[in-house]
Amino acid sequence: MIEVSNLTKRYAGRTAVDDISFTVARGEIVGLLGPNGAGKSTTMRVLSGFMPATSGTVRVSGLDVFHDSDEVRKRIGYMPENNPLYPEMRIAEYLKFRARLKGLGWLKSRERVKKVMDQCGLKDAGRRVIGQLSKGYKQRVGLADALVHEPELIILDEPTIGLDPHQIRSVRALIKSLAGKHTVLISTHILPEVEMMCSRVLIMVGGRVLASDTPENLQRRMAGGSQVIAEIAAPQEALRAAFENLVEVEHFDVTARDGEFFRCALTPLDGKDIRPAIFALAQANGWKLRELTRSQHSLEDIYVQITRPTAEVVE
Amino acid sequence: MNIFMALLRRELGTFFFSLTGYVIIAAVALLTGLSFVVLMLTLGNDPITVPVTQAFYQTFFFWLILLLLSPVITMRLFALEKATGTFETLMTAPVGDVQVVAAKFFAALIFYLVTWLPLLACLAIVRHFTQQTAALDWHTLGATYLGIFLVGCLFLSLGCFASALSRSQMAAAMISFVLGTALFALGFVAKALPFTTDNQSRIVSYFDLFNHMDNFARGVVDSRAVIFYVSATLVFLFLTLRVVESRRWK
Repeated sequence: MIEVSNLTKRYAGRTAVDDISFTVARGEIVGLLGPNGAGKSTTMRVLSGFMPATSGTVRVSGLDVFHDSDEVRKRIGYMPENNPLYPEMRIAEYLKFRARLKGLGWLKSRERVKKVMDQCGLKDAGRRVIGQLSKGYKQRVGLADALVHEPELIILDEPTIGLDPHQIRSVRALIKSLAGKHTVLISTHILPEVEMMCSRVLIMVGGRVLASDTPENLQRRMAGGSQVIAEIAAPQEALRAAFENLVEVEHFDVTARDGEFFRCALTPLDGKDIRPAIFALAQANGWKLRELTRSQHSLEDIYVQITRPTAEVVE
Repeated sequence: MNIFMALLRRELGTFFFSLTGYVIIAAVALLTGLSFVVLMLTLGNDPITVPVTQAFYQTFFFWLILLLLSPVITMRLFALEKATGTFETLMTAPVGDVQVVAAKFFAALIFYLVTWLPLLACLAIVRHFTQQTAALDWHTLGATYLGIFLVGCLFLSLGCFASALSRSQMAAAMISFVLGTALFALGFVAKALPFTTDNQSRIVSYFDLFNHMDNFARGVVDSRAVIFYVSATLVFLFLTLRVVESRRWK
C-alpha cells in the first residue's frame, strides 16, 4: 500500500527525514513512534502529498505521491497534527463540505456524512458549531473527515493527543475497528497506544527508522537481555560464590531483604534462560526460594533503549 | 466545477456567517453615507455640470473605501488558513491549486460587490429627489459600477497575492495596502514629474487609476483601462497561484 524508498526531506539547513525506507501492506495498522522532532509529521506530510520529498520516492497503491498527486490524494484520508478545522462551521456542514471537496456527489456525500457521524460518535451533534466543541469532539470531527470518502489509506498524525482517558479509549477503539478495511498509519509518542492498536511499529529517531517490527517481536528481541530476579534465603557469601560458579550468569547483584532472604538480580549471558539453573542451585543447597521471575521488557524499555544514544548526541 | 462551487460556498460562508463580514459592510455603508452627505452639501450650494456619479466619486471617501476595503477582505484568505493549519487539510484534499485560488478570489469579489450596494441606495435617493433623469442615467451608472468592479478586481487580486505570501493576516493587510496605495499614488506621481518625452508620460498614464475612475464615473468606458485592469488582475492571480504552488518546489 505504501512504499517509501530512500525518502529524504531537508528544510533550510536541517534534515528532518534522513533516507528512510519502509513499506506498509494493505490492511495493516502501523504506528510511527518516536520522540518529538523525529520526523514523523514530516514523513506524513510527504505521504499525504502536502510537501514534496527532497529526494527518494513515495508510492501509495503504486502511484507516485508527487506525480499522481490528485489520484493519491483521493485515496488518502489525512488528519494533520493539531487537527485544524474551520471554527465557524457546523459539524455536518463541515463534513459535507469536505466530502464534496473529495469529489463525492451530492447524494453520496449526504449518505457518507451520516455514516461517519454515526461511526465517530457525532450522531445528533451535526448542528453544533466546531469552534465551541470540546477537544474530544473536534478530534472526532477530524477523524470523520479523514474517513468520509472511504479512503484506502488513512494517515493520522497524533490522533489521541490532548484527549482525556475516556476519549482516548473511544478513539483507539474506532481506529482498531478500521483494521482490515483500511490501511492506517498513525504517529504517536505514546507507547501504550502503539502496543494496543498497531500490528506493526516503526520507531523513528532523528529522521531515521531505527526499528520496524510487531510489538511482540520487538519485545521478544529485547527479552534476551532481560534480568532474572530470585529471592533466596541463604548465607550471602554462599550465594555469591554459587553465582560466581554459574557460567551462564554474566553479572549479578545481591541485596539483603527482610529476614534471611536476599534479592538477587542476575543478568544471563547471551539471553539464556537461567531460571532452571537457579532452581536447581537452590534445591541442591536446600535454600528456600520464594520468588523466581524473568522481567519482561515493555515496549517502553525498548523504545528508551533504541532512542537513547541518538537523543544524547542531539543534546 | 463541483469542487469549485463547494469552495466558493465555504468562502462566502465565512463572510456572511460571521460578524466580520457585517462589520465590513457596516463600515463601508458608513463611509458611503459620509460621502453622500458631502455630495448633498455640494449639490445644495452650486449647480454642477458633471454627472452625479462623478461628483460622488470625487469625494475622497470613495478612494478611502477602495484602498481600505480590499486589504480587509483579502487578508484572511490564505494567511488565516496557513496560520491555523487548515491550509494543510485543504491542500491534501484532491483539489487543484487553480480551483482554490479562483474560489477565494471570486468569493472576495462577490463580497466586495455586495458592500457597494448601499451606493445604489444613495444614488436612488438623489434620483428620486432631483427628479432629473439626466442627473443619473443608466449608462453612467453602469460605467461607474464597471469601474468599481474593475478597480476591485485589481486590488483584490493584489490582496490575494499578499495574503498568499504571509501567514500573518496583519502582514498580508499591510502588504496589500502598501501595494494598493503605491499603485494609486503612481497616477499623481505621473502628473508631478516633468517627462521629457511623450512616451514616458503615456506609459505612466496607463497606471493612472484616478483618471481611469474619473472616466468611468463620467460614463466613459475606455478600452485601454479595461484591458489594463483585466490584465493586471490576471497577473496578480497568476502570481498568487505560483506562491500557492511554491510549497511543491520549495
